[in-house]
This record gives sequence, structure tokens and C-alpha cells, in this order.
Amino acid sequence: MSNIWKSLRLTFSTAATALLMAQASYAQQPIKIGAILSVTGPASFLGEPQKRTIEMLAQQVNAEGGIAGRKIELVVYDDGGDANAARTFASRLIDQDKVIAMVGGSTTGTTMAMLPAFEEAEIPFMSMAGALQVVQPVKKWVFKTPQTDTMACGKIFEDIKARGLSSIAVVFGTDGFGRSMRDQCVAVAPKYGINIVHEESFGPKDSDMTPQLTNVRGKKDVQAIVVPGIGQTPAILARNYKQLGMTLPLYVSHGVASKEFIDLSAGGAEGARLPVPALLVGSKLATEDSQRAPVLAYTQAYEKTANQPVSAFGGFMHDGFQMVVEAIKRSGSTEPAKIRDALEATKGFVGVNGIYSMTAKDHMGLDLAGFRMVEIKNGNWSPIASGK
Amino acid sequence: MGIGMAADLLQYASSGVTIGAVYALVALGFTLIYNSTHVANFAQGDFAMLGAMTTVFVVTGGLPTFPAAILGTGVAAVAGLALYRLAIDPARSSPVLGLIVLTIGASIFAKGVAQLVFDKRFHSLPSWFDAGPIKLLGATIQTQSLVVLAGTIVVVGALAAFTTKTLLGKGILAVSQNPLAATLMGMNVRSIVTLAFVVSAAIGGLAGIMAAPITLTSYDAGTILSLKGFAAAMLGGMGNPVGAVVGGIVLGIVEAFGGGLISSAYKDAFAFLVILIVLAVRPQGFFGSIARERV
Repeated sequence: MSNIWKSLRLTFSTAATALLMAQASYAQQPIKIGAILSVTGPASFLGEPQKRTIEMLAQQVNAEGGIAGRKIELVVYDDGGDANAARTFASRLIDQDKVIAMVGGSTTGTTMAMLPAFEEAEIPFMSMAGALQVVQPVKKWVFKTPQTDTMACGKIFEDIKARGLSSIAVVFGTDGFGRSMRDQCVAVAPKYGINIVHEESFGPKDSDMTPQLTNVRGKKDVQAIVVPGIGQTPAILARNYKQLGMTLPLYVSHGVASKEFIDLSAGGAEGARLPVPALLVGSKLATEDSQRAPVLAYTQAYEKTANQPVSAFGGFMHDGFQMVVEAIKRSGSTEPAKIRDALEATKGFVGVNGIYSMTAKDHMGLDLAGFRMVEIKNGNWSPIASGK
Repeated sequence: MGIGMAADLLQYASSGVTIGAVYALVALGFTLIYNSTHVANFAQGDFAMLGAMTTVFVVTGGLPTFPAAILGTGVAAVAGLALYRLAIDPARSSPVLGLIVLTIGASIFAKGVAQLVFDKRFHSLPSWFDAGPIKLLGATIQTQSLVVLAGTIVVVGALAAFTTKTLLGKGILAVSQNPLAATLMGMNVRSIVTLAFVVSAAIGGLAGIMAAPITLTSYDAGTILSLKGFAAAMLGGMGNPVGAVVGGIVLGIVEAFGGGLISSAYKDAFAFLVILIVLAVRPQGFFGSIARERV
């Protein structure tokens, strides 16, 4: 009799243990987050710091025990800046890897190619693309972190007006970013009372822009130059600007906001102004600035891990990834639909790039305050009060 | 207006001639290899990239510019040697078109290696002579532009002397005209072709190094140079060294004036427009004889 009890007890306890273990292993299942980034190729200056950032942050979350006891598992692909490759990887993330959220899309081109796949699969997609078209019109499943080029134009035009100037020349890059920002600048110029009197362009692989600048120099009514362009190519323009001995106020875009741009311009960027995320102002942020704490934390961690200075582009990833993690925590779920709802409900998230408050109509959630106007002084970013 | 316009035109000309001189050197490399093997070598621009990137990294490592430049030229020359010995020579029985595809493969390979060994960023070199830009009639000319021009003249002069005055140089010409006859005359065709590749790669490397302070360089800077150099060589007449130099300069000037006066949006398109026009109107280019090989 007692034997029967014994075996029954054993059976029960074994079953209970098995059940508990199953539960535990369910709780231990990692949370899969996907990232498709342009780690190599022409947009590597975007994708490389983004990959380093997401890997560092995922490690941080996991080191602290993960989210509700579950570790984050990253699935990272490199699209090489190629929209077709990005699209293929998007299908793979959805069908094979079964990620619950996607944080990536280094460029507008790759993002626009991937967007339909994530919309159809109903998986939240947090993009690092600059252009407004990514979130306007609003797409249910798509969000983004970088300020739009429209905001950059606005910030630049405000500064030009504050200096009492109004006639400008626009010299834009013919890549996606340059064209898009140029179009936005043209669209909002009247609103700020800015008159675009002359336009030039340069190719992303151009090695000499003296003809364009010579042309601008010949136009007597131009009071300032605005350069919608991304990456390191505008550094060549800044060099040529210096070689030609030009003195017109020069404005570059937030798309060049890295130290390399300053170094490559060989002094040509000295005195140029641009709108940058708070991240780049770094330790120069006022003590009462709410963005100071996250900026310093990210800067310290990144510079230690990656052994290179922070860039705005890695900052876009920082904010995007943290918001997704926060959304998973707030929704208490790993269901894509619940995470999406939580993302849309993001209120007052203080990131390194800006302070985000998303709504059903606004899937970026930033205002002009996220941008700080800086002047390049002695090879460094130096914050300026508007109109000085 | 008159003075301003003249200054602008001078500015376009100076910028065009500078870039044109770089194209000319790349085209010259094309010509040498084309003459010895009838192959259009699309890795020619990558020699320039390898030379420049090597120099950049050696300078960063602390070596002065001139020794670094010699080293960079050497690395490009070794790449030329490797291209011939490891790719072109083993496949010499293939049709020319196959060999051309091989050089495109070599170009992609060079890009990949440069990406791994160096990095993916743009780099610059300091100007060779630390002097400010020269002001001339309202135009600004960079001192490095003069270096590029002087370098081009020296290279072209040296190459002309080499191919007309020395036995080895004449050998390259002989091989290009009739490899079989050259072999029968007791010449070692393979070592002469090897020499053509090495010299051509060294010229490419030197072009890249001289241009780097002006144009910057990056791991993928070779592709566009190969294409522009090829366009220049076509324009001048494939296989004609004088044509290569003239073609390069003309192409640079067309680009600068086209970009300045017509539209900067189509600056790159002018080079390829030139190829199309040449192919349609005068396939042999300015100075070439009738092209025997079709690409």
C-alpha cells in the first residue's frame, strides 16, 4: 500500500517538476528582436555605429536579467545599403526568425523597401530613416527616431532669419537624403520668409565641387549657403569652400553630424553651422537639461565599448531600441500588436536625440526642441544661441 | 559680369584640368595594359585606390608623406603583378572578353580587401607642399593641383622616353603589335607583359596618391576612376598614350564646364555621354586606329 503511495507521489512530483520546468523554459525563451542595418557599403557610417549600439544595449539589458526574466536575442543582418537585399532580409526576419519587433533600416531607401513587408506581417518597425515619408502619411506599424529633414530646414531657416538674412543658395547631394531634404527646404522656405535664389547639386561620389561653388560665388544676391547632404561627401564641399576663400555663412545638415566630417573638411567646416541632436553637444549640455543624463550615460558606455566617438546615427538606434524595450515592459507582452500599441502610447521618453511623445497621428513624436544649433569652432561642436 | 564670368571660366578650367590629369594617368595605365594584352583592365582605378589608401594609413602610422607615397606606389605595383600572374596569365587562352570580366572581378576583390584591411571611411592626405591656394585673375588654384599636373607631365615624359628609347620599352610596343613575331625574335613575352602590368599599376597608384589631398579616397573610390579612365582612353583612342592624356584632360574639362555651366546634376553623366558619342561617331577616338576588339 505504502508502495503505491510512494509511486503515486513520485509520479506526481515528477509531473509537477516537468510542468515547472516547462514553465521555466517558456519563461526562459528569448525575446527575438530583428535589426537590418547598412553595416557595410556607402551608408556604413550610419549602419556601423547602429550595429555596435544595439549589440551593446541588448547586452546591457541581458546583463541586468533581461525583460521579465527573458533575455533579448538579436538577429542582425547587413543589407550593404542595398534596398533589394534589405527587402529579402525583411522576409527572412518575419518568416524564419519570427521576430516580434524590428529596429533598423539605416537609410530611407532600405526602410521604404522593407516597410510593406512589416506592415503586412503586422510587426512593429522602428526605423532610423531620416525622411518624412516614412511616417507621413502615418503607417500603423512604422515608427522612426531621427528628426525629419523638414525640421532641420526649419531650424536652419530660423537661424538664418535671426541673422537678418533671407536670400540663400541650396547646394544639395543627389542621393536620397539630399534630394528629400532639398524638397522639404524648398517647401518650407516661404513659411520662414526665406528666398532660394540659386540651386546646385553634387553626386555622392563627387570629388570636386569647385564648379558648383564658383557658380554660387558668382551670384551677387546669395547671402548664405545651405547644403542638404549626408555623410562625408559634404566635407569635400567644405574644403572647396575654403580653397575658394568663400566667406558666405555656410549651413550643413544634421546628416553630416560626426567628428569625421570636421576632420575631413581640413578646416573648411570651421564656422559652419548645423542643427544636431543633443547627443553631440554632450558634456556642454546645461546641468538642468533633462537629456544630459541619458546623453552622458550612452556616450560613456559607447566610447568604452566601441572605442570611437559617438555619432548622431548611433544615437537614433539608442532611442529606437530603448523605446521598443520600454514598450515591451509597459505592455507586459511579447505580442507584436501589444508592443505596437505601447509604442504609440510613448509619452515624454527622454532620449539622446530628443524627447519623444508619440500619438496615433505622429509616429516620430519630436519637435524642434530636440535639435540644437551648433557652430563648428576649433574642430568641435559649439552650441549657439539663435541669431548670435 | 565680364570679369566675374572670366574668373568663373578660369575656375572651371583649373578644376577640370586637375581632375582631367588624374583621369589621364588612369587612362595611361589602361593604354599600357591594353597594348600588351588587348584587355581593358577595369581594376585600373583600384590601383589608384590601393596606392592612396596605403599611403594614408602609412602616413597615419607616422611615416612622412614622400616615403609613404613610394610605399603606396609599390603596393599598387605589387597588386598589378598579382593581377597578371594570378588571374590574367593563367587564363591567357580565354577570349579577351573573359579576361575583361576577370579584371572586373579583380576590382571587386580589391574593394573587399581594402574594406577589410583599411576601413570604409573617406580619408584625406595632407597637401605635399604646405602653401595656400594661388589667386589668379579671380580664380583660386590649389597648390596640389600643380603637383598633380607636374606629376602627370613627368610620368608621361618618363613613359614616352621608356617606350621609345629603351629596349624593354620597345619590347612592350613590339609585343603589343605582334606577340608571335616578338616571341620568334627571342623576346620573353610573358616578362614584358608582366612589366606592362607593374608599370601600369604603379602609374595608377601614383595618380591616386597625388589626387588624394584634393579628391579624398575611400575603399570604393576605384570604380568611378576606372570608368572615367576608360572613357578617357576611349575618347583619346584605345591604345594610344598621347590620346589617353588628351582624352583625360578633355574629359575633366567637359565635366567641369558641363557641371558649372549646364547642370551640376549631370556632371558624371557627361563622361558616359562621351563614351556613347565616341562609340557612335568615331569608334577609334581622337588618335586611335580602328578598334579591333569590341567590349
